[in-house]
Amino acid sequence: MSEPVLQGKDLSRFYSVKRGMFKPEAIVRALNGVTFELHSGKTLAVVGESGCGKSTLARLVTMIEDPSAGSLLIDGKPAHVGDKSLRSLVQIVFQNPYGSLNPRQKVGTILEEPLVINTRDDAATRRRKVEEMMTKVGLRPEHYDRYPHMFSGGQRQRIAIARALMLRPKVLVLDEPVSALDLSIQAQVLNLLMDLQKEMGLAYLFISHGLSVVRHIADEVMVMYLGRPVEMGTAESVFAHPKHPYTAALLSATPMADPEGKRERIQLQGELPSPLKPPAGCPFNPRCWRATEECRQAMPPLEGDEAQQFACYHPL
Amino acid sequence: MTAIESKPAEAVVKAKATTHPSALSEFWFYFSRNKGAVIGLVIFLVILVVAVFAPFVAPHSPSQQNRELLLLPPAFQQGGNWSFVLGTDAVGRDILSRLIYGARFSLFIGLVVVTLSVISGVLIGLVAGYFRGKVDTVIMRVMDIILAFPSLLLALVLVAVLGPGLLNAMIAISLVNQPHFVRLTRASVMTERTKEYVIGSQVAGAGTLRLMFKTILPNCLAPLIVQATLAFSAAILDAAALGFLGMGAQPPTPEWGTMLAEAREFIQRAWWVVTFPGLAILITVLAINLMGDGLRDALDPKLKRS
Repeated sequence: MSEPVLQGKDLSRFYSVKRGMFKPEAIVRALNGVTFELHSGKTLAVVGESGCGKSTLARLVTMIEDPSAGSLLIDGKPAHVGDKSLRSLVQIVFQNPYGSLNPRQKVGTILEEPLVINTRDDAATRRRKVEEMMTKVGLRPEHYDRYPHMFSGGQRQRIAIARALMLRPKVLVLDEPVSALDLSIQAQVLNLLMDLQKEMGLAYLFISHGLSVVRHIADEVMVMYLGRPVEMGTAESVFAHPKHPYTAALLSATPMADPEGKRERIQLQGELPSPLKPPAGCPFNPRCWRATEECRQAMPPLEGDEAQQFACYHPL
Repeated sequence: MTAIESKPAEAVVKAKATTHPSALSEFWFYFSRNKGAVIGLVIFLVILVVAVFAPFVAPHSPSQQNRELLLLPPAFQQGGNWSFVLGTDAVGRDILSRLIYGARFSLFIGLVVVTLSVISGVLIGLVAGYFRGKVDTVIMRVMDIILAFPSLLLALVLVAVLGPGLLNAMIAISLVNQPHFVRLTRASVMTERTKEYVIGSQVAGAGTLRLMFKTILPNCLAPLIVQATLAFSAAILDAAALGFLGMGAQPPTPEWGTMLAEAREFIQRAWWVVTFPGLAILITVLAINLMGDGLRDALDPKLKRS
């Protein structure tokens, strides 16, 4: 396989939380040892419940925050928050297209901003590049002088994608890019993303909690629970034979458009434990129906073959 | 074929007719719904025009003393004289002319105070709201201390230290007014700071200054504009109060507060010497406050009816 464009090795991010005057500060392990690689033209999907560390991962990969431990290599070079040369290689598209565009700036200004900051292009070149990109994402050149509030959610998400691509990045972090959109618009935006990936050879880090969307777009899948990856592998093998009970539960919760097909729905008991006090051993043990004493004692390591790895003592 | 071709053209025309109204016309739509605000705006504009063209509007010089016509009553009262419409004061100066020239001082004071306190307040608030942490704590505690004093008392102390005079009074009032702008800016910056478009700019490589002034600040302006209009009237009022206490503009400057102070001893004998400067202050402040309310209605998205 080719050199990865982005490598995360054992990435961790801890936050300290004040709990009042007389208690010691608590540490939230929002992300706890995540290792992954992104390759050009491939999509890695990260799935999990809210609070499992997906968005923290996005913040680390886009160099908004430095990891507490572990290292991030972009294009083989170590990346830090202050590093300007690597910054333009990783860009992000957010979930909420209403909050991710500056309401006081015209679309043209929003799209030109990355060029103004990072290049020495003159105004005419910038305008030409912006109009090219707008055509590429399916916007019309006359949208250049309009404000974000004049657009629908889907169009705004196209603008957000255009902005992220202005600097010709190698990696695009997609933080639930379609979960705020209508189903019909979701499909359009996903198809646009897949076309752009083919055309520009982008690597996607696709963060989502909707498995049906992930099935559509992902090459590889990483399932996360409480800051740790519990299962990783190619999309086909993970979806076809989930090994970790949590993955199986997630998959069974995905709605399917097949009223005849009867399936057994795995219903998880309880809620995501507080990341302030993660349970001992495997973090999933209090909700797992296969948990044994062993699971309460020690954290199972992430093991498996090339196609699929999982962290469980009692795989399905 | 022609029928098919004409359809897109029609669609374009329709789309143009329903385009979004410009920001200015939308603003005027909401502002003009508030009648009080429009009245306030009209009165304010009249005062502005009168102040700018004072030498042409005023019938007399504001400092010319008519020794033979001391404490002349207004024209509509017995013994009045139509060449001195609002009467004369204790040394025979025309009150109307002095009020007209006084409007220049009041508006000038309002403008300078608002400019000074907005610029310093916004800068400090932006720093506090953007960087948070210890910088924020120190700045906000200092502002709390300033706010803990009654504003006029603090202004009085400052003027007493700096020495009486219009300029020092303006500096003192700006300093007293400025914490309101700091708090307001800090609060809006804090809410905008974590929004996704700011993080998006940051990922695109925008530096601290660009994020502060180009990305965040324009989105915090609406409440600041409202606060600035209200501070404008507060500044006029404070300056008049300082003038009345002898700490602001010094006689013979025709400043409204100073005029009130000079006329205090004639309040029993000649009501017009005290009443008209007082009314001038009242009407100006009221007009600006009404206008500020209208601005708030027009600029605050939460009060908009769509």
